Amino acid sequence: MLYREAGQFKTTYIRDQELFPVKQDRWGIFVIIGFSFIIVPLIANDYWLQAILIPFLIYSLSALGLNLLTGYAGQLSLGTGGFMAVGAYACYKLVTVFPETNVIILILISGLFSAGIGLIFGIPSLRIKGFYLAVATLAAQFFFEWLFGRVQWFYNYNNSGAIEVPVRNFFDIAVTGPTATTQARYMVVLCIVTVLALVAVNLVRGRIGRAWMAIRDMDIAAELIGIRPFPTKLIAFAISSYYAGVAGALFVFTYLGSAEVEVFDINMSFEILFMVIIGGLGSISGAFLGAAFIVLIPILITNLPLILGIPINSATVEHFNFMILGALIVLFLIFEPHGLAKIWSIVREKLRAWPFPY
Amino acid sequence: MKNKYFLTLIASVITFVWLSQGIMAAKGIYVPLFTYRTGAYAGSGIPNANGMSDYLNMLNERDGGIGGVPIIVEECETGYNTKKGVECYERIKQKNPVVINPYSTGITLQLIPKSPVDKIPVHSMGYGLSAAADGSVFPWVFNYPSTYWNQASAIIKYIGYQEGGMSNLRGKKIGFIYLESGYGREPIPLFEQLSSELGFKLFKIAVAGKEMQNQSSHWLKVRKEKPDWMIMWGWGAMNPTAIKEATRIKFNMEKFVGVWWSGGEDDARPAGKAAKGYKSANFHGIGTNYPAVQDILKYVVDKGKSQVKDRARVGENFYMRGVFNSVLVAEAIRTAQGKFGNRVISSEEMRWGMENLNLTSARLAEIGLPGFANPIKVSCDDHANNGPIFIQQWNGTSWERVSGWINSMDRVRPMLEKAAADYKAKNSVPDRTIPCS
Amino acid sequence: MEILTTIFIQPFFDMAADPILFLQVIWEGFVTGILYSLIALGFVLIFKASGVFNFAQGIMVVFAALTLVGLHENGIPAYIALPITILVMYALAFSVERLVLRPLVNQPDIILFMATIGVTFFLIGFGEFIFGGEPKMMITEELLLPYGSITFFDDMLILQEIDIAASGIAALALIFLALFLGKTKIGIALRAVADDNQAALSVGVSLNTIWVLVWFISGIIALITGIMWGAKSDVSFALSIIAFKALPVLILGGFTSVQGAIVGGLIIGIGEKIGEFYWGDLVGGSIESWLAYMIALVFLLFRPQGLFGEKIIERV
Repeated sequence: MLYREAGQFKTTYIRDQELFPVKQDRWGIFVIIGFSFIIVPLIANDYWLQAILIPFLIYSLSALGLNLLTGYAGQLSLGTGGFMAVGAYACYKLVTVFPETNVIILILISGLFSAGIGLIFGIPSLRIKGFYLAVATLAAQFFFEWLFGRVQWFYNYNNSGAIEVPVRNFFDIAVTGPTATTQARYMVVLCIVTVLALVAVNLVRGRIGRAWMAIRDMDIAAELIGIRPFPTKLIAFAISSYYAGVAGALFVFTYLGSAEVEVFDINMSFEILFMVIIGGLGSISGAFLGAAFIVLIPILITNLPLILGIPINSATVEHFNFMILGALIVLFLIFEPHGLAKIWSIVREKLRAWPFPY
Repeated sequence: MKNKYFLTLIASVITFVWLSQGIMAAKGIYVPLFTYRTGAYAGSGIPNANGMSDYLNMLNERDGGIGGVPIIVEECETGYNTKKGVECYERIKQKNPVVINPYSTGITLQLIPKSPVDKIPVHSMGYGLSAAADGSVFPWVFNYPSTYWNQASAIIKYIGYQEGGMSNLRGKKIGFIYLESGYGREPIPLFEQLSSELGFKLFKIAVAGKEMQNQSSHWLKVRKEKPDWMIMWGWGAMNPTAIKEATRIKFNMEKFVGVWWSGGEDDARPAGKAAKGYKSANFHGIGTNYPAVQDILKYVVDKGKSQVKDRARVGENFYMRGVFNSVLVAEAIRTAQGKFGNRVISSEEMRWGMENLNLTSARLAEIGLPGFANPIKVSCDDHANNGPIFIQQWNGTSWERVSGWINSMDRVRPMLEKAAADYKAKNSVPDRTIPCS
Repeated sequence: MEILTTIFIQPFFDMAADPILFLQVIWEGFVTGILYSLIALGFVLIFKASGVFNFAQGIMVVFAALTLVGLHENGIPAYIALPITILVMYALAFSVERLVLRPLVNQPDIILFMATIGVTFFLIGFGEFIFGGEPKMMITEELLLPYGSITFFDDMLILQEIDIAASGIAALALIFLALFLGKTKIGIALRAVADDNQAALSVGVSLNTIWVLVWFISGIIALITGIMWGAKSDVSFALSIIAFKALPVLILGGFTSVQGAIVGGLIIGIGEKIGEFYWGDLVGGSIESWLAYMIALVFLLFRPQGLFGEKIIERV
């Protein structure tokens, strides 16, 4: 009843190839985007923006990138944290070398550096697959963690050994650094994430996306139908790392404000892989759902006793946090191995028939 | 079935949204404590956290708070993880905290630029950014009683005394083994400067966080280089492993000095008798022979209101470090109340209290900690107090104090100011506008 | 030119100049390598029998050691605590099989891999909840492990007795494992499952029993590793990071090869110690955290299935 595409006729090819061919989807997306651009900055407080929404969006972006690589192109990577670190440090160097350039442009450029690095670490993917490749990408993770901690040039010889985000304006409004308001930073993240997400939706339905999926489903067969595996896999690595790099730059510039390289440790890579899998491999909306799950659940568990007024000490809560998160992940994989996106599509099927399922 | 699961999830998230808006601060002075009782560094974090909360709880139990105003103590678990620290900070920010004790160099660095904007003072007691000692650049950050640089220079001074004079340091070889992180790298600029000025040879060994418990090759390098002294900037599981490895290569433990964060009982104990002679820096007393600690035992621990598992662990080094941290917080609150009246003070008033803190020996005796620490006087310019340190030595079962108070070198202060100016220029920090009185 | 000398000539010169120190470096690498091999062995057994990339191996090491030490702290003597710990590891294997593996049977590899990370999170929380986060001392004396050292060449070569014991115990464990796999009925069943689980199933081998068994064996190997590594430093949650070192060992030796795990562990162990000791300082030291991966990566480019891995044959 509510969600029915019957009666929506496409009279031109262009109409048929729209990004969101179903009217309800289109309106749904408009409502979500409108809500997050207009309503959220008005009603959300600092805690919501800074502790939940900004990290959620940044994690989503990174998960989106990994989903392109793992979910669409079928290449397992555990180096996301390392690629994010490349983006963050590239951005820091760019911002300090070109202080006059608009910071948002620099954030977008810094992704290119990590895309280049992604290309290099994607080379083994031609010869190795699956877990062998995953472990090989761990090399990137550990190498960059070491490099950015060791070579002082990357953090401008700061005594603290950390990169500190300077204040930068965008049309006279501070968007990075300590004086930037949470709302301003939220808007920057939201704009970049929205644009890049739309690009991703476009990518995966186009020629590249279909080539990726062919490689994922069976690379030898894909090769036989004329897809060259090496460039296709490398492009997947590059684009995925680009997303990770931009996410890394945003992570430091709009979220943390100052960071040591330890922020991008191996746990970061795992968290993002979790988001991709919990959200659903090979699904753009899954990246967002997965990120929401992994960001929200620990915060929910930590805050629940406080809200309910249960006197329990913080360490015990943290122990339960680990236990519940671990158990939830296993449960989730058992009940819905295809992730949250699959649940959404089931809901959509139900809605299509509702209220007359027969 | 699956839908139901999904709907429950949505429902719980919505409930959470609704409820979290309704958090109301209770009446009292809100002192949040960032602690880490979990994770890879919990070994050092747990006694610290216990000491911090036990002292404040003792004040609540014994005196009903400070100046008649109860203290609301709340721990926020960070796991020594910067990202969790952000969440903690944003959560507690809404409840008008008077001061933040981040207990992690990473979180401190991240809060330093935020502190003047949010107007919440940060107290990083003996950790964090050394340059924050310059109050004219960092009006909202305090790191008294001492900084890493002060300490590093004092350790070099101690080594100089042991060698029979600073001039004898020329030609000596001093090894520096450190945790590969912002914390571990902090003193390097100072050591390098001192090495060129005093003529000792410095060689550095970095231990990556992942290699904390796998240090055999690092210590083989020590064996090859044969340094006269070793200095360690370690934390968590790195400490006991380093001490064990040092005993394995038969390094002379008398000449192995750790930073004040490498001086826990749990650090030296695993190596047992073999670690006898190992030294570490410190800036406060240890043990239960203080009236205030007896009060903690009486009012908090024995009443089961503490998280300490074993009564015998009260009075250990890191426990007392936590107590000292809380003493400093409590005394700053008292100082602020002295000016603004015995009421719930604001974070700006707390900042004033911290900047005008004057903890004399007499006052220490009055609060039940006679001779516990060197007097502390914070000033507008000096947020680190340039505190002296002493050296303690492991006798196989416990720590013994083996030196008097060692002052830091005079050359440290100009270096701190230079570093602060450097930070100011790089991050375009505005000039201090807060008046100095 | 000078750079070339420092990279290619100087280190070898150093080795020749002090051969005893070189020997010491190799010994330390050997000892570390054995422990890497043990962790990798845990991975390999599980991967062979059930195709699960068991990320939880690292936390199992901590959990096993923690249980042993925690029980002892609560006043249970070592000779009773040890069997109890083994029972706990069995219970763990049983629950993992029942609650995680069985419901997830036939899922893609990555899902199973993620599930083991879920298990890891759970065990971290559970272990800390039960035993607390404080580091604990390994009860070496109670377990009758030696702790002195033997020196040769006027104190130039120092061998720790605990390391010698560790090597001995590891060797014993390997022999037992080899005998178990080769001579007992259940061991042969295990190998059958590893070769082809459907065929094994059709001749009446119970997959579920085998899975419990391999997880249990891995648990015992984890316990041995935990005791040995705990004796080198202490028992704390930081120890689980060591498991990451087993991953390059795996890609070097192959995911499915027991010999590969052993040889790979020794290559990585000795290689990284030599690399760190003689070349590490050229780039500032502490390169061990990634050197092992680079070594493994180079090997991979030539042998994508690892040194002893089975050749991957794909049919369209």
